[in-house]
Amino acid sequence: MSQIFAQGLVCPLDKNNVDTDQIIPKQFLTSVSRDGFAEALFYDWRYLANEQPNPDFVLNEPAYKGASILLTRANFGCGSSREHAPWAIQQYGFNVVIAESFADIFFNNSINNGMLLISLSASNIEFLFSRCQQGTQEWKIDLAGQQIILGNNAAVGFQIDPDIKQRLLSGLDFIGASEQFEPQISGYEKQRASAQPWLG
Amino acid sequence: MMAKTLYQKIYQSHIVAPVNGSTDLLFVDRHLIHEVTSPQAFAGLRQAGRTVRRPDLTYATMDHNVSTQLRSIDAAGETSRKQLEALATNCKEFNVPLLDLMHPDQGIVHVIGPELGLTQPGMIIVCGDSHTSTHGAFGAIAFGIGTSEVEHVLATQTLQQQVAKTLKVEVTGSLSPFVTPKDVIMAVIGQLGTAGGNGYVAEFCGSAIRGMSMEGRMTLCNMSIEMGAKAGLIAPDEVTFTYLKGKPHAPQAEHWDAAVQYWQSLYSDADAVFDKTVTIAAEKIRPQVTWGTNPEQVIAVDQPIPSPESFSDLIKADAARRALTYMGIEAGQKLTDLKVDVVFIGSCTNSRIEDLRQAAAVVQGKQVASGVRALIVPGSGQVKRQAEAEGLADIFKASGFEWREPGCSMCLGMNDDRVEAGQRCASTSNRNFEGRQGRGSRTHLVSPAMAAAAAIAGRFVDISYVERAEGTYQ
Repeated sequence: MSQIFAQGLVCPLDKNNVDTDQIIPKQFLTSVSRDGFAEALFYDWRYLANEQPNPDFVLNEPAYKGASILLTRANFGCGSSREHAPWAIQQYGFNVVIAESFADIFFNNSINNGMLLISLSASNIEFLFSRCQQGTQEWKIDLAGQQIILGNNAAVGFQIDPDIKQRLLSGLDFIGASEQFEPQISGYEKQRASAQPWLG
Repeated sequence: MMAKTLYQKIYQSHIVAPVNGSTDLLFVDRHLIHEVTSPQAFAGLRQAGRTVRRPDLTYATMDHNVSTQLRSIDAAGETSRKQLEALATNCKEFNVPLLDLMHPDQGIVHVIGPELGLTQPGMIIVCGDSHTSTHGAFGAIAFGIGTSEVEHVLATQTLQQQVAKTLKVEVTGSLSPFVTPKDVIMAVIGQLGTAGGNGYVAEFCGSAIRGMSMEGRMTLCNMSIEMGAKAGLIAPDEVTFTYLKGKPHAPQAEHWDAAVQYWQSLYSDADAVFDKTVTIAAEKIRPQVTWGTNPEQVIAVDQPIPSPESFSDLIKADAARRALTYMGIEAGQKLTDLKVDVVFIGSCTNSRIEDLRQAAAVVQGKQVASGVRALIVPGSGQVKRQAEAEGLADIFKASGFEWREPGCSMCLGMNDDRVEAGQRCASTSNRNFEGRQGRGSRTHLVSPAMAAAAAIAGRFVDISYVERAEGTYQ
C-alpha cells in the first residue's frame, strides 16, 4: 500500500539543537489565537535587526520558496514547551520535519497538530544533506509504507511508533478517543478519592 | 514481584486504562496553568462544547508576561493585558481557581505550586511549561505539555502516555563550599549534553542529593529538561515531609499520617534496573558558568573558554564556533576577565528564599559595580514577603539592586525586563539560548551566589577562591 502523506520541496536547515526560542521568539507568544504565526517562524534568523529579510538565512533563499519538508539535525525543538513552535512551522507550510532526533515535548506537540516528524540515523541524515547539496530536492513521504521517496528509484525507510502512525493516517481526535474511557476515568476517580482522600 | 524504579511505581499507579499497544491513559493529579499556553486550549474546549472536568484539580496563575515593576494588568503592554484578561475570563467561566496579580500568593507557577502544598509525592503533575520538571523534587512525575495536551487534560483530567526509559544520576559525596545545586545540574548537563536525557526520566540520588534542601532539589529537577529529560525525580524523605507539613494544600491532620506512610513507599527498589546510570563525585564539581548558547556549553569558572577544535564531534565544533561569535568571546579567554552589563537573579530555577539568602550573603555591605544593572525578582509573593521580613530586601536595595515584584521576568523577557543586544548578563535562569533574554542578548547561566558576586565585581568571579583567599569580592 502506498499513501503519500506529503510531497514537496525540501529546505535544509543545517543546525543541531534548534530550540523553540529560535523557532518562534517570545514576542509572538502573547497571542490568544492558534493562527497567524507563519511570519514569526525563525524570526530572529529570518529578519535582520532592521526587519529586512536576512539574505544569509536558508529559508530566504529563492530556491527554497514554497518548501514543505524541513530537513535538520539532532535534538530539534528543544527547550520551551510552546506549541506555538509547531504552529509556526505548519502555518509557514512545513508538514514534515526530518531530523536525527527531536525533543520530547516538541515531538508530541507536532503530532497533536497532525504533522509528521521523522527520525533517522546520523548517517542517513548526512546522506540527505548531501543530496540537498547536489541541488534542490523534491521528495514524497509515503507514511503507510514508511519511506521517503527521493526520486530516481531512491528511497530512505523510516521507523515510526504504530500508534502515532495510526493517528496520523486516520486523523483521530485524541480528546475524543480518551473520552471513550469515561467509565474507567470515573472509576479511577472514585478509587482515588477513597484510597488517597488527601489528593483532592 | 519485579523490582521497580520510583518512576515505574508512580506511572503504574496512575493507569486509568491501556489505550492500545504501548500507550496508556494516565490520571493527572494536578494541572497548573498560566496565561501564555492556555488561551487556545480554553478556546478549543468552547468550540467543541466541552468543559473542565476537574476544576478542583486545576490551578492558574499569572507569571510569564506580568510587569515586575507595577502590580497592574496594564503595565506590560496591550497584548500582555489581553492575554492576562483572557486567563481571568477563562478561569471565571470554567470555575478554575486563579492567583491573579493582586493575590498575595501570586508568583511563578513552579514556585507557588510547592509552597502552597499543591505539589506532593507520588502525584502526576502537568503544566503547559517545560520547567514543570521542577515538581519532581517532591517525588512526583511532573512534566511540561503543549497547548493541545492542556486542552486534553482540561477536558478529561488524563493524558495518553508511553513509558519512558529511566536514567539514574547518582551524585556521591558532598558539595564543596560555594558549590550549589545549580552547579550540580549544570555539570550534569555538561557531561550528558542537551539531548542526553531525551526519552528518559532522570532520577537523582546519592548522598549529595539527600543533603540538599527542597529549594536545592527543585533547582536540580527544574533544569533536567535542559538535558532533554522528560522529567526529573527525587525520592521523597524527611526533608520533603517537613517542607510540606502545614502547607495550605498539603494533607491536613486527619490524613497526614496515612499520606506520609504512602510517601515512604515511594523509592526505587534496591535491585531496580535503570536503562542508563551516571555517577558523579560531588567533590569534583566547581562553580559552573555557561560560555555558549545552549546549557551543555558550560565550564567551571576557573577553566578557559574552549576552542572549537577541542571538540572531536564536527557538529559540536561548528556549534562552538557559532556560539563564540554570538557571545562575543574567544577561545582561551578567562571567564573572570569578562565584564557583565546585567545581573538577573530570579526565574523558576533560582528565585526561592534560599537562593535569595545565598545572594544576600555575598552582597551584604558591598555595592553593585558601576555600569552594572542588577535585578532581584522573587519567585512569589510569599518569597518576597519572607525576604523582606528577613531583611534581605534591604540588603539588596542598599547594595544597588532593583527589588521587583514576582514573575518570570528576564528569564525570557516576555514582559519589559530585557537584556539589550550585545549586553552580557550573568543570569540565574535556565536557558542561554540566542536571544532568550532579548534579541542579541548574551546570557551566562550561573548560581545565585555567582550572579551576586558578578554584580559586585562587574565581571565573573571564582567565589570559592575569593572567599578562601581574600574574604572579599571587590
